Amino acid sequence: MSETETKETTYKPTSPNSKLDFASIWEYAPAPQESGFAEIKDRYDLFIDGKFVKPSKGRYFKSTNPANEEIITEFGEATKKDVDKAVKAARKAYEGEWSRISPKERGKYIYRIARMLQERAREFAVLESMDGGKPIRESRDVDIPLVAAYFFYYAGWADKLEYAFPGKKPEPLGVCGQIIPWNFPLLMLAWKIAPALACGNTVVLKPAETTSLTALKFAELVKDAGLPDGVVNIITGAGQTGAEIVNHPGIDKIAFTGSTNVGKIIQKSLAGTDKKYTLELGGKGALVIFEDAPIDQAVEGIINAIYFNQGHVCCAGSRLLVQEGVADKVITKLKDRLETLIVGDPLDKNTDIGAINSKEQFETVNKYLELGVEEGADIYQSKCKIPENGYFIRPTLFTNVSQSNRIVQEEIFGPVLTVQTFRTADEGIEKANNTPYGLANGVWTDKGSKIFKVGNGMRSGVIWANTYNKFDPTSPFGGYKESGVGREGGMHGLAAYTKI
Amino acid sequence: MSEKRIDVKKTYKMYIGGGFPRSESGRTYKVYDSDKNLVADACQGSRKDFREAVKVARSAFSGWSGRSAYNRGQILYRIAEMMENRRDQFMQELGPIGFKTSEAEADINAAIDRLIYYAGWTDKYQQVFGSINPVASAHFNFSMLEPTGVVTAFAPENSPLLGLVSVIAPIISGGNTCVILASEAHPLPAISFAEVLNSSDVPGGVVNILTGSRKELAEHFSSHMDVNALCYTDELPKEIKTLIDENASLNVKRVIKRPVNDWYGENAQSPYFLTDFQETKTTWHPVGF
Repeated sequence: MSETETKETTYKPTSPNSKLDFASIWEYAPAPQESGFAEIKDRYDLFIDGKFVKPSKGRYFKSTNPANEEIITEFGEATKKDVDKAVKAARKAYEGEWSRISPKERGKYIYRIARMLQERAREFAVLESMDGGKPIRESRDVDIPLVAAYFFYYAGWADKLEYAFPGKKPEPLGVCGQIIPWNFPLLMLAWKIAPALACGNTVVLKPAETTSLTALKFAELVKDAGLPDGVVNIITGAGQTGAEIVNHPGIDKIAFTGSTNVGKIIQKSLAGTDKKYTLELGGKGALVIFEDAPIDQAVEGIINAIYFNQGHVCCAGSRLLVQEGVADKVITKLKDRLETLIVGDPLDKNTDIGAINSKEQFETVNKYLELGVEEGADIYQSKCKIPENGYFIRPTLFTNVSQSNRIVQEEIFGPVLTVQTFRTADEGIEKANNTPYGLANGVWTDKGSKIFKVGNGMRSGVIWANTYNKFDPTSPFGGYKESGVGREGGMHGLAAYTKI
Repeated sequence: MSEKRIDVKKTYKMYIGGGFPRSESGRTYKVYDSDKNLVADACQGSRKDFREAVKVARSAFSGWSGRSAYNRGQILYRIAEMMENRRDQFMQELGPIGFKTSEAEADINAAIDRLIYYAGWTDKYQQVFGSINPVASAHFNFSMLEPTGVVTAFAPENSPLLGLVSVIAPIISGGNTCVILASEAHPLPAISFAEVLNSSDVPGGVVNILTGSRKELAEHFSSHMDVNALCYTDELPKEIKTLIDENASLNVKRVIKRPVNDWYGENAQSPYFLTDFQETKTTWHPVGF
């Protein structure tokens, strides 16, 4: 405390816009989250039929902490034989014990999982931040509480399913193959496993290869919760393992969250089969800011929309559309606000923006930064300090972009915002709709009637009005157009796991 | 001097954008009755006809989806009224293709009743399948259903009237527009149904009916990048199923397969046929002062 008080610091703006240069002028005392209590084994095997088993080919791959590039642990690489074993275990469990348990009792297992997650919330949050690079504030306050909430919510549906489908007696589908991305590892696991189990299915889940840690921790928890063997199977591996799941004839349904490109490949490889599928794919969300919007709140909304989770959010608001009259004001305030963001150690409680999830993604985002400049856009990055090691990118915005620029059309999946203007509401709506995606959009205005008009006009599965990036288990989520098929969350999310 | 009157035979064309064009390709194929007598030269729709149909379906979408649910219900009911009026025409078309008089009557009755069934759903499905979601934060959060866009569909091959109507009604009652391929062997009732549509306040472009070869058009119905969903109710040959699914992945089309064997049966109508063509849109707004 005294150290920072006595230190003489003269205010030196690092950019013409940085009136509030918290990040490099104000020295925040480090506030690290203690992490020693979270146990990480040297090696994790596959979780099949209630047991941890070695991968059949004996191959393992390493997992890196993206904030310091240190190896955390290693995971087994599941090959065809392992996938087959997991599917068989899931089938046996589906036809055996799991289908004989009454829905009410089935629900209790899921409640139990929710409670155990709450008990161990801090441990999961720490591991999620270490493995994936997201700020502890987000894993602690957003990811893990939501994970527990999703299990808690769907647990209660187990014995009430006929109320979700008027006139029908819903039946489970069988064995569900589930493939999840690296941006919200445990949350996506919850989105997949909780409704699947509630509807009476069994699952084989593959987490992303860069973020498998919390899924394997979850496997331990499944054991602790006493779930019958084979109901939940978790196998690790990369794209090839995922393909083995997708193509396995013993699977009744595929649930995938990830990029639109991979989603298309999956949809294609399911061609001609009767497997059901849901796809939660990419997005290029637009934020439509009207002149009558409360500008300070809107700026905060923009920050939350694009810089939350390092921009690794499929529904991120990555295209800012500002009504012309307030464009300068919004951009100035936005640049000011950018300067206050702290990029750094994910386990530090001060950190706003953590590490880019992997080296590969770090390179992808950097390529887009170069591309934006090549396309003639004006780049602005905050001037904050960033750690020397690890994969960090300063929050970035591009102005002077046009609708046809690749940085405007393509999903970047990083802390990169493009800024455009519009004059009329119709133009704003049209620009917002002008991508193949349709996952989420935002609208800021003080006028309720305008919210409804603009919200109705935007073709996307989620509309955040005067807010952004909010999630809740009771609230359906999913895309229009090339952003996917089906919904997750809420009552609508049950449809993906039942025959009706 | 008495002369035998020559009856005027109908020329069967397709139905695109509220008009009745011939195929731009100039092609036709022969349609026979159950005794193998030639009854008509039907248009053999081409890829270009299909593209034109998608174009008009897309431009009709915002108007049709923007109609009030009440208005769409009125229009579906109006189709039923118009159809009731033209029973004789359908009798004349169903008889020669093997429907006994009583069967043809039952088919027409069921088709009319089906339109009324879906007319009734237009202003109710939103209430049954939409939701208000009790999120754990200070937000008002609701989910509503919205039509997915332009839908292509193969009408069932063996139920040229009732099956056709049963496929079209749930698509349009929910605000979508569509391009339908009529039964290949028995396309004539579909064109007469188009005349019913044309006289019943359905805006041009909302329903477009092509006649032609399923095998030829499956490729285009499934690969067009401005089509949002594709639907069929027959069991298709494996290679066509695979082709459709593979093409659908080009732009993540929704492929809806709801096999129906008996169009008179319990499973032939359902609000779930309607929700198949709907997207769920969830809106969040903060609550506070």
